[in-house]
Amino acid sequence: MEQTERAPGIGIGAYIARHIREYGLLFALIAIMAFFQIVTGGTLLRPVNITNLFLQNSYIIIMALGMLLVIVGGNIDLSVGSVMGFIGALAAVMIVSWKLPVGVAMVTCLIVGMLIGAVQGYFVAYWKIPSFIVTLAGMLVFRGLSLWLLAGQSIGPFPRSFQSLSTGFIPDLFGADKPNVVALAVGVAAVLVLVWLALRNRARNMRYGIEDEPWGLFVLRNAIVSIALLFVTWKLAWFRGLPNVLLSMVILTVIYVFITERTTLGRRIYAVGGNAKAAKLSGIRTERLTFLTFVNMGLLAALAGLVFAARLNTATPKAGFAVELDVIAAVFIGGASMAGGSGKIVGAVVGAFIMGVMNNGMSILGIGIDYQQVIKGLVLLAAVFFDVYNKNKEG
Amino acid sequence: MTALLEMRNITKTFPGVKALDNVSLSVREGEIHAICGENGAGKSTLMKVLSGVYPAGSYDGEIVYDGQTAEFDGIRDSEDHGIIIIHQELALVPLLSIAENIFLGNERASNGVVNWRETFRQTEGLLAKVGLREAPGTKVDSLGVGKQQLVEIAKALSKDVRLLILDEPTAALSEADSQALLDLLLELKGQGVTSIIISHKLNEVRRVADSVTVIRDGATISTIDARGGDLTEDRIVRDMVGRDMAHRYPDRERRAGEVVFEVKDWNVWHPEHADRQVIRDLSMNVRAGEVVGIAGLMGSGRTELAMSIFGRSYGRNISGQAVMRGQPVDLSAVDKAIAAGLAYVTEDRKTLGLILEETIRRNTILANLDGVANRGVVDESRETEVAEKYRKVMNIRTPSVFQKVMNLSGGNQQKVVLAKWLFTEPEVLILDEPTRGIDVGAKYEIYSIINDLSAAGKAVIMISSEMPELLGMCDRIYVMNEGSFVGELQAEDASQESIMSLIVRE
Repeated sequence: MEQTERAPGIGIGAYIARHIREYGLLFALIAIMAFFQIVTGGTLLRPVNITNLFLQNSYIIIMALGMLLVIVGGNIDLSVGSVMGFIGALAAVMIVSWKLPVGVAMVTCLIVGMLIGAVQGYFVAYWKIPSFIVTLAGMLVFRGLSLWLLAGQSIGPFPRSFQSLSTGFIPDLFGADKPNVVALAVGVAAVLVLVWLALRNRARNMRYGIEDEPWGLFVLRNAIVSIALLFVTWKLAWFRGLPNVLLSMVILTVIYVFITERTTLGRRIYAVGGNAKAAKLSGIRTERLTFLTFVNMGLLAALAGLVFAARLNTATPKAGFAVELDVIAAVFIGGASMAGGSGKIVGAVVGAFIMGVMNNGMSILGIGIDYQQVIKGLVLLAAVFFDVYNKNKEG
Repeated sequence: MTALLEMRNITKTFPGVKALDNVSLSVREGEIHAICGENGAGKSTLMKVLSGVYPAGSYDGEIVYDGQTAEFDGIRDSEDHGIIIIHQELALVPLLSIAENIFLGNERASNGVVNWRETFRQTEGLLAKVGLREAPGTKVDSLGVGKQQLVEIAKALSKDVRLLILDEPTAALSEADSQALLDLLLELKGQGVTSIIISHKLNEVRRVADSVTVIRDGATISTIDARGGDLTEDRIVRDMVGRDMAHRYPDRERRAGEVVFEVKDWNVWHPEHADRQVIRDLSMNVRAGEVVGIAGLMGSGRTELAMSIFGRSYGRNISGQAVMRGQPVDLSAVDKAIAAGLAYVTEDRKTLGLILEETIRRNTILANLDGVANRGVVDESRETEVAEKYRKVMNIRTPSVFQKVMNLSGGNQQKVVLAKWLFTEPEVLILDEPTRGIDVGAKYEIYSIINDLSAAGKAVIMISSEMPELLGMCDRIYVMNEGSFVGELQAEDASQESIMSLIVRE
């Protein structure tokens, strides 16, 4: 599912074996979805539930994008749940209590998020304090600060314009009722773009003799992804169309894939995580990059805070509690390494979806929160074990 | 003397590669047996077969140890039979004491309670045996590499070693420490310990070995009896590389041009101990097309000098002037130093030079990402082209540039480091121990690359602990001792004796 560096000339079986991690992740998502689709008697993939899946998991996915960069850079951020809750509280105070314009409040919140990231990043990058400790402190500080801001109360509701950030839908320009034409058009366009990009990439890699994914596998993989995309948009089109938040998530994901895989900035972050000393002696400003990954994390945690508050239509002191663990789990399920230097955006997003589908499916089944935690923990362990097992076999 | 160890027709295959092909090795009781071969020849694989890392059944062939067929299943098993390997990368716990390290996993204890008195008493005995005058309670990280090596040997002795295997034991040691270690080996031999020593340093092999087995491309090429007197370095080199090497160093033409780079009144203090001056009032220059050597013992401050120049990567309170082509330059950060035309090839390629988990391609462009990017967007095709170009130029032996560098041999890794720096198009290259830990054939290639660079007008500063290498390669040699230059010799006036006497005179 992702382009990795590979050597030419092997068969389908050997190829899958070598890239078992990437195919495994896609396969796991499909298997988990199929499982819940069956045991929930078809509820999982009903239009309303698919819409819910996106709404419920948007803030995890948004933060997973930032967390991936932090983890690739060789650090961790435990404070994101608290920061997210704090920003939600801040937004509520500004919008509901102080009656500030929604736009002003949102921009302020994003800036505050970046500042929070900057402060934490400063201690991690320039004072070399382990990120685990700095962000553990941040987790406590911002948990406390959001309690203080809200004075232990929930604040809401928000005005309509703010809520639409999370619960709004892209209007159907053609005025047709159902299915929603815009949603379908976007889905078809996305599939065309994806297939075109995949073909172009393959052709280019062929030219350099580095593409060895067998043709059948290439077709199958892209067919699965395309059909899944069309299926989801079809379903969405029969409900209320494309959620705003889905669109922003997709755009963010595309941006971060581009940054991590194609820009010098992204490459340098991987280099810092892979070997900070070697990167530094190669002229890479390692401190500044570490700092930036935390600023970026703060920004995305703030955005997640806004999205979350908008969806609940209220800011509560409990918002964001323990969410950092889901975010970190998503990134590791997605194949990132604790040691830094490896991991992919797409992996983190799929990891987040795996967590999301499990949360959603188990809730539909009415499985208690106690068992849910146990199962999620075991899935995380299994995913990482799978990674390590394959790596050992390789070596 | 009878054979203590016979390895017969050992064949070990990995998916797609035959690492060992019918290798035989016969080690007599009580001798020092050297194994020579280029990196990647199969020496370590052979030792892993012997020590049970690759257990019986995973290879073909037979091992007869002490008159019996041996089928070791893991290191623990082979250690129980008295076969102990000391690896190139030492396996000591830095924050534990010497005594704790020696008896790690083999504690002097009853019912799980450590008997410290006994531990220390036995440690003292072992330390006396290996000639290390340190208290048993000393933490290992306060010892130099040479002394740590002795601790490893003491640890081996604590396990009643019969066959001691040393993998490149002197690679990281100074001349004096190496000599002491070799003396110790000879002494242990007197006490009946049989040793296998894997080494690239042929003068050392000649000094201590009773017989030499040369391995090339996974096959035994020859076993030479050193006691017969027909052991010469040339003979070993010929067997190792499979061709005659009349000259260990390629011929070079001298054509030093203008002074390119100069350092004046350079002073550096230790990063942690602010009162310790590491570099003192040092000045040097290098000309276009010139190879300038820096000789000196370990700890004389050579690496510290290089790194303090290269973007202040070492030390604090750095003062002095750096001049590039007559203009003062700002070298206060690594990226500025690179922009000014400097490149520094580190002595420690694994931890400071490469990202081992990344591919050759990614490592090649690491120091000049902008060179393959347009406005911050990496052009992967250009990236591949660049990596391919250097793979050909440097003759990096690999199936593709998409291999991870951790899978390459030391010599090829070093070529990747060099490629990385050449792609920054430097005017001045500082090479710190450019041939450390790489085999004879690859060394020759690196020397040739250095000559090509100087022929192309680059200025090269070469730091090395191996004096013959400096004498063979440099036009001019600075001699360094305790943070200052104590002499400067033209190539024609330089000899190992003249360099040593300058160092000792201080």
